[in-house]
Amino acid sequence: MNQRVGTDSSPLRFAACESASIPLFATFIGARRRAPPARTHRQIGSQLVGRRILAAMGGLDSSSMETDLDRPNIEEYLTTETIREVPKKLHLSDLLDISPTLTEAAGAIVDDSFTRCFKSNSPEPWNWNIYLFPLWCLGVVVRYGILFPASFSWLVSLSNLISCMFCRVGVLALGWIVFFAAFLPVHFLIRGHDKWRRKIERKLVEMMCSVFVASWTGVIKYHGPRPSRRPQQVFVANHTSMIDFIILEQMTAFAVIMQKHPGWVGFIQKTILESVGCIWFNRTESKDREVVATKIREHTQGVDNNPLLIFPEGTCVNNHYTVMFKKGAFELGCAVCPVAIKYNKIFVDAFWNSKKQSFTTHLAQLMTSWAVVCDVWYLEPQYIRPGEIPIEFAERVRDMISVRAGLKKVPWDGYLKYFRPSPKLTERKQQIFAESVLKRLEEK
Amino acid sequence: MGNTSSMLTQYDIEEVQEHCNHAFSQQEIVSLYHRFCQLDRNSSGFITGDEFLSVPEFAVNPLSQRLLRMLDGLNFKEFVAFLSAFSPRISLQQKIEFLFKVYDFNSNGKVTFDDILSVLRDLTGSFISEQQRQEVITRVLEEAGYRRDSSLVLSDFMRVRMYYCFQYLYYKLSFRSLFTD
Repeated sequence: MNQRVGTDSSPLRFAACESASIPLFATFIGARRRAPPARTHRQIGSQLVGRRILAAMGGLDSSSMETDLDRPNIEEYLTTETIREVPKKLHLSDLLDISPTLTEAAGAIVDDSFTRCFKSNSPEPWNWNIYLFPLWCLGVVVRYGILFPASFSWLVSLSNLISCMFCRVGVLALGWIVFFAAFLPVHFLIRGHDKWRRKIERKLVEMMCSVFVASWTGVIKYHGPRPSRRPQQVFVANHTSMIDFIILEQMTAFAVIMQKHPGWVGFIQKTILESVGCIWFNRTESKDREVVATKIREHTQGVDNNPLLIFPEGTCVNNHYTVMFKKGAFELGCAVCPVAIKYNKIFVDAFWNSKKQSFTTHLAQLMTSWAVVCDVWYLEPQYIRPGEIPIEFAERVRDMISVRAGLKKVPWDGYLKYFRPSPKLTERKQQIFAESVLKRLEEK
Repeated sequence: MGNTSSMLTQYDIEEVQEHCNHAFSQQEIVSLYHRFCQLDRNSSGFITGDEFLSVPEFAVNPLSQRLLRMLDGLNFKEFVAFLSAFSPRISLQQKIEFLFKVYDFNSNGKVTFDDILSVLRDLTGSFISEQQRQEVITRVLEEAGYRRDSSLVLSDFMRVRMYYCFQYLYYKLSFRSLFTD
């Protein structure tokens, strides 16, 4: 794991910095700022403008602009005399000096917290010397040649089939055969005994997920009490890849909200996952939100439905950070059970960068590595507190999950991967600057 | 620091360092190169406007369009030269030159009333009326001893006291460069 000095452990570095955007990092990484030395009025005045601009910036999506997560810091930062200070007259230098805004832009170009969430960090190469390199070559041969043999070879002969039965593709292929052999008859033939049918289908889906996990040699540790089937509850988890769903499904049959995918994944979604009660959504449709919200509400109220699993991040993140949670899952008025998932990067990087690779390539990558090792923590169910708005509730749950899984929080909306930020954010900054200019203009 | 700087040789690094007047150390140039490659998704050798706008923190900046026109089509060497104004090792004079360049849109060496007006428009949007903007700039220019129709040159910018605010630039970038992989 890339450990960087100063990211989360040195308030000293922050205390030295006058730059207005540092507190944004500090708030979310957890470092607290120390009170800076006394400054001139001029510096504090311009800093006040800069800080307020940044407090508005925050990357919050437009619906949560009221929650100004950066605001609490400003009072501890300024002394009481300066807060009461009357704004000064406007000079030419104030107008010409656009350096705070320029610095923001340059800072964003050099490094920004959003792009970091979706970066696959390549591990440090360890095969760099004369005795490690042949070992690595041997490992490649074993992983690609024995563990994941080319799938067409087993079609050729039965003896190959038997030897490949112990290998991953073989396991997976066999699993699919058994699954479909059992699922299709049950699905189409047993009519009328709905309850039995669903129970069997549920068990079959769980079995299929176990086969999937076995095909990547998954070593998964579950901590905490297993989910129970009750109405009025939803499960929320952080999202790294589509395999999150498979890992959780292995233990309990969940109903999940998914984006409809093309290809063989879409086919599986349509046939099998319908039976566990999944809800589909489409990111690109704007009216979709209300429709999905209604469906979710109906689902949680049904007694016989599988527990609902939601990934409130809305997109895959690289398992080092969490992006902002969407509030949809948190305004249902039912219990929210957080689940934290953390993959061990030593064995494989499970982050599915959907822009860079298709799901098939991603699965192939998993199947040609040694193992998929991860930890799953089922955390205590949370309820919305009186006086708490859904966004605050979402942040609180995100806190719990991030702390448990050792992830850093980032104040950006995951959908910014697909869409540009709303112009309202820029307008907010413009508004603050405009107001301060007008106010200082009044001064004589 | 990873060892994926295999695409950047020592000669390249020194050449870039020369070009930006030693604004960055060699390690910082390597970090900037990783960042450049990360932003340049289609590996075309330069970062398009769209790729810059995919960084949300940049896209919400009111001056993003203005900066995009300066940044569009720059290769890595020019990219580093652009960012050199933000480095702590660059003199105040050179920083003010950069600021002048941002204002001087048509690069004719003069910043007129309209140039200042257009920057103020970017920064304030629809929250001040055009008339108020013009009034602000006229008043401020007159108070500093200029007329509305006078155009400012670089020496005028130097004379205006902007010392304190440039300190933002120093800390921000030296802090950030520690983060880039």
